Amino acid sequence: MSLLALDRLTVRRGPCPVVDDVSFAIRAGEVVGLIGPNGAGKTTLMRACLGLIPAEGRVAITGRPLAELAPAERARIVAYLPQEREIAWPITVEALVALGRHPHRRPGARLSAADRAAVETALEMAEVSAFRTRPATELSGGERARVLMARALAQEAPLLLADEPVAGLDPAHALDLMETLGHLGAEGKAVLVSLHDLTLAARHCTRLVLLRAGRLLAEGPPEAVLSPATLAAAYGVSAFHAADARGPIVVPTGRIRP
Amino acid sequence: MTPQRLVLPLLGAVTLALFVASLLLGPAGAPAGRSLAALLTGDNPALALVMREIRLPRALLGLGIGAALGLAGAALQGYLRNPLAEPGLLGVSAAAALGAVLAFYTGLAALLPLALPLMALGGAFAATLLVVGLAGVAGGALTLILAGVAVSSLAGALTSLVLNLSPNPFAASEIMFWLLGSLADRSWMHVTLAGPFILAGMGLLLLLARDLEALTLGEDAARSLGIPLGRTRALALGGTAAAVGAGVAVAGAIGFVGLVVPHLLRPVVGHSPSRLLPAAALGGASFLLAADVAARLIAPERDLKLGVLTALVGAPFFLRLVWTTRRRLA
Repeated sequence: MSLLALDRLTVRRGPCPVVDDVSFAIRAGEVVGLIGPNGAGKTTLMRACLGLIPAEGRVAITGRPLAELAPAERARIVAYLPQEREIAWPITVEALVALGRHPHRRPGARLSAADRAAVETALEMAEVSAFRTRPATELSGGERARVLMARALAQEAPLLLADEPVAGLDPAHALDLMETLGHLGAEGKAVLVSLHDLTLAARHCTRLVLLRAGRLLAEGPPEAVLSPATLAAAYGVSAFHAADARGPIVVPTGRIRP
Repeated sequence: MTPQRLVLPLLGAVTLALFVASLLLGPAGAPAGRSLAALLTGDNPALALVMREIRLPRALLGLGIGAALGLAGAALQGYLRNPLAEPGLLGVSAAAALGAVLAFYTGLAALLPLALPLMALGGAFAATLLVVGLAGVAGGALTLILAGVAVSSLAGALTSLVLNLSPNPFAASEIMFWLLGSLADRSWMHVTLAGPFILAGMGLLLLLARDLEALTLGEDAARSLGIPLGRTRALALGGTAAAVGAGVAVAGAIGFVGLVVPHLLRPVVGHSPSRLLPAAALGGASFLLAADVAARLIAPERDLKLGVLTALVGAPFFLRLVWTTRRRLA
C-alpha cells in the first residue's frame, strides 16, 4: 500500500495552476526525490500533501483521504520539514527537537521515556547532540538546518516530507543527511525530499519526480529522469554525466538557450 | 533544571506578599495584625468595613488585572512570534477605552454605574470581532498585527474626537484621568463584573501553551505538527478580549505591564513560550500590585495614576532591555 498517493492534484493561485494535474504515489521504503527548477511547484505540492493549502484532486495518506484525518492523527503519520528555517525564540536545541514529539503527547503531559528516547535518537541521527544545550537561534545556518531536521526525525512519522533539507549544508553534512534519509527508507519509512543537487538526487533517491511549471515532466529511476534530453527540457541545461562505483554523477555544465 | 522549578513558587510567593502589602496599606493606618484580624473575623466593624469593602476589592483587582495583562502579553508575543506584541496591539485596550469614554460623554456613566464598564467591555469585543473580520480567521500574524494597528488607531482617533467635542473642560479632564488607569475607589461591583471575564479569558489563554510551543517553528511547521491554528487564533483573541477588556473596563488603560513583564521573565523560563504563560501571569500580578502599593506610598494624597506609574517604571526596564539586546547583537 502506498503511504502517500496523489491523484490529479491541482493547486491554483489565481487563475493559473501552480501545481497542475500531478499524480504519483510513494510506497514504504522509498526515498523519492522531488526535483525541478525554481518555481516548479515543489513546495506548493508538499504543502498541499499536508492540507496546508486548498487543492483539487485527491491526496491519500496510508490509503485514507487527507480530509478524513484529524490534524493530530495526520501529524503522527506525516512529518514536514519546511524550507523556511524559522525559530522564533532562543530555546535550547534539545527543547526544539522535543517539539517533534507534540503529536504523540497529551496536552500538558511531560516527555515520556519513549519521547526522550526519540529525541535522543534524532539528536544522534542529525549529529547535533554536541550542541544540545545551546540556544537554537545562535547556531550557524547549516547547524540550524540539521537541528530542524532532528526535530522532524523526532516525530518518528512513517512518512517525511523534507523541503530542501540540504540547502546551506557543507558537502559532508549534506552527504550525512542524505544517508540518514536512506536509513529511514531502509527502516521501511518513506521520504519525499526536494533537492537541487542532481548528483545527490541521483545517488540517494530510489526514484525521482521531476516537476516543471507545475506539471509532472518525468518520473522514474534517477538515470531515466536525469537523461540529457529531460534535463534540457526541464532546466535548459546540458550536464556532464558519469558514474563511479557508488552511482551516477550529474553535474550541470552549460546553459541551453532555446 | 532545578532553578526553573523554583520560578513559579517564587513568583507566587512574591505575588502573595504584595497582595498582603496592598491589603495593609491605606489612609486608615491601622496596624497590620489588627487589619488582618478585622478582615478575617470582622470584630472591629469600622476597620472590617475598610478592609472588606475598600482594600480587598482593590487588591483583588490589582491581582486579577495584573495577571490578565501579563498573561495576555505573553500569549500574544508567543502567538505573533513578536517580542513587541502587547495586549493593546490588537486594539482591545483602545476600543475598551473608547467604549468607556463614550459612556462618560453620553452621561450614561453618571446615570448607571455599570454603564461604563459594560460599554468598555462591549468596545473590547467589538474591536476583536472587527480585527478578526479584517484579518480573517486563518490569516497570518502580519495581517492580524496590521488589522490591530488599524483598529487601535481608529479607536484612538474617535477617543480624541470625543475629548475634542466634550462640552465642558471638567468632563474632558475626568475622561483624561480615567484613561490614565487607576485602582482607587473600586468596589465589589467592579470585582464581580470584571472577575468572571478575567478568569474566563485567562483560562482560554492558558490553553494556548501547546500551540505556542509549536508556533516557535512557524505557522506551517505548527500546523504540520497537528496544531489547528484557527482554534489557536480564537483562543488568543477571545481570551485577550475578555481578560484585558474587563481589566480596562474597571481600571482604565494600564500600559507597559503586558509588554515588559513577559520580556523580563522570558529568559528566566528558558525562553519557552508555554512556561512563560503562568510566570507572566504571576509576574504581571506582582508588577501591578507593586505599582499600586508604590502609588499609595509615594503620594498618598495625590491619587497618582497607576498607568502613569507602570509606564514610568516599565520604560526604564525596557530601555535597559534594548541596551543589553544591542550589546548582545553587536
